[in-house]
Amino acid sequence: MKILVCISNVPDTTTKITFTNDNTEFNTSGVQYIVNPYDEIALSRAIELTEGGKGTVTVINVGEAANDPTIRKALAIGADDAVRVNAAPRDAYFVAKQIAEYAKDKDFDIILTGRESIDYNGNQVAAMVGEFLDIPSVSIIKKLTLEGDTATIEREIEGGKEVLTVSGKFVASCAEGVAEPKIPNMRGIMSARTKPLTVVDAVAIEEVSKVTKYETPAPRGTVKLVPADQTEQLISLLHSEAKVI
Amino acid sequence: MSVLVYVEQAEGKFKKSVFEAVSYAKAIADQQSTNLMAISIGDVAESELKELGKYGAAKVLNVSTDQLKTFVNQAYASVIAAAAEKEGADIVVLSNSFSGKGLAPRIAVKLKAGLADGAVELPSNDGKFAVKKTAFSGKAFAITELTSANKVIALNPNAFGVKENATDAAIENFAADIKQSDLGTVIKDIVRATDKVSLPDAELVVSAGRGLKGPENWGMIEELANLLGAATACSKPVSDADWRPHSEHVGQTGIAISPNLYIAIGISGAIQHLAGVSSSKVIVVINKDPEAPFFKVADYGIVGDAFEVVPKLIEALKAHKG
Ligand SMILES: Cc1cc2nc3c(=O)[nH]c(=O)nc-3n(C[C@H](O)[C@H](O)[C@H](O)COP(=O)(O)OP(=O)(O)OC[C@H]3O[C@@H](n4cnc5c(N)ncnc54)[C@H](O)[C@@H]3O)c2cc1C
Repeated sequence: MKILVCISNVPDTTTKITFTNDNTEFNTSGVQYIVNPYDEIALSRAIELTEGGKGTVTVINVGEAANDPTIRKALAIGADDAVRVNAAPRDAYFVAKQIAEYAKDKDFDIILTGRESIDYNGNQVAAMVGEFLDIPSVSIIKKLTLEGDTATIEREIEGGKEVLTVSGKFVASCAEGVAEPKIPNMRGIMSARTKPLTVVDAVAIEEVSKVTKYETPAPRGTVKLVPADQTEQLISLLHSEAKVI
Repeated sequence: MSVLVYVEQAEGKFKKSVFEAVSYAKAIADQQSTNLMAISIGDVAESELKELGKYGAAKVLNVSTDQLKTFVNQAYASVIAAAAEKEGADIVVLSNSFSGKGLAPRIAVKLKAGLADGAVELPSNDGKFAVKKTAFSGKAFAITELTSANKVIALNPNAFGVKENATDAAIENFAADIKQSDLGTVIKDIVRATDKVSLPDAELVVSAGRGLKGPENWGMIEELANLLGAATACSKPVSDADWRPHSEHVGQTGIAISPNLYIAIGISGAIQHLAGVSSSKVIVVINKDPEAPFFKVADYGIVGDAFEVVPKLIEALKAHKG
């Protein structure tokens, strides 16, 4: 079994987000980059599914050479090899197209991504790859088990869950619950240095969207404190002032 | 040129978030001086479809076939994209719901369209088509210009609100051409907690964290939520410890929500938690530690022990309701 896991290079969860150039560019100065946390979940499940010689895990990233440390981290966690499509990622459409182009003749059985990236919070890549390859895609999955060539998947729906099966090739985007993120061990870190990382060229595609500006949320006012023994005052504020109840 | 909104049904009914998507799509249609159509897939009664007229849908395409009774991502995307092409709709709107998140990207690829998901405002009307969307887990917004001829927008729940705009909806059956290869996934089971308000589109949310000490103490949280008609949520460690189901976990690695009111009880307000809740319109924090970071983003706060404050709050709410 061959599994492809899509890895996004994102600012660390605790990064303070700022912008430069009249709020048109994300300020990368001093930012620590990590493997997108959801992609780590996807990668961990892929490793579990192929453990014991049952298959291989390839990670793919669309990005420039600066992303290589993040890719090496994914190799340290346990991926067998890696591919970097050498291009600055423009939008999800561009990224998904590059991944689909790479994957189309490689015969991957399963393609996994994280539920969303924690920078642009798009949920787009998995389903777009599915569409480009004309195979099923299941978004925001909570569980993935395999029996023969049939996968049983649990996906989140509003106020509940849905259990479905899919046979043959598919793409899925993974949320919490699919696997516990694995922490690289010393052996993993050592071997990551020598595992193959192939760099391929990007294909040209038309632009469909671009970020033109960023905004930060308006700062909130200071908190209005209500004494602990005057809960009725809180209710009245929520009713008359905030008008939410 | 027109706007097409996909109206997602659950067990034959539309939820508030659907009426919100229709209201939003109608506002876009007005902005573009064009008309609004809706497309419904599945088994929905005519009276329910007619409801969409209230919010401005002049025409409703109804796709009702046995094969599409339940959600099949790939097939639904094909049908919606085919309808957009056939009816000449260049803007497709849907809710950024769990299903919407799976559908919107496939529709975008089919229509070679730019996609703005997590939209929180109407597109700009200055010759460009720029949509404000959430980014960096609520720490910022990205203004995304859709430069393609066709465009897809997935609207965040509670971002626009429901706006009535009565027109008479004409219901038309839409014959969908379904490829066998689009039916690759098969639903085996759907488990829905029907008696509860669903978290992603709840207007009011009562949430609690590790400060509650254990699962046995959630009775008062549920009572407060029931009284308010609110959904319940929790912090990550709470769901990790199985005190509450994972579907209630909000934050960076959980669900991102933007209710009108978020009440956080015994939650510290760590940055990863705030990432999923900071776009709530009003935040109330109850925490015994006056230094808890959550107070920095709260609109109202009570410094106190949850085990004393929450029961009093329940009493006060009962008195308020009379
Ligand atoms: C990559 C990553 C992703 C993460 N994603 C998420 C996420 O999505 N969501 C999330 O929530 N967390 C997430 N976390 C964890 C997050 O950093 C915090 O650890 C978590 O939010 C803390 O939960 P808590 O506030 O319930 O518990 P604690 O940090 O234990 O805080 C409990 C709070 O309760 C108060 N308290 C205690 N007793 C009482 C009482 N009797 N009455 C009133 N108040 C009381 C305390 O003063 C304290 O402020 C993530 C962490 C990482 C590293």
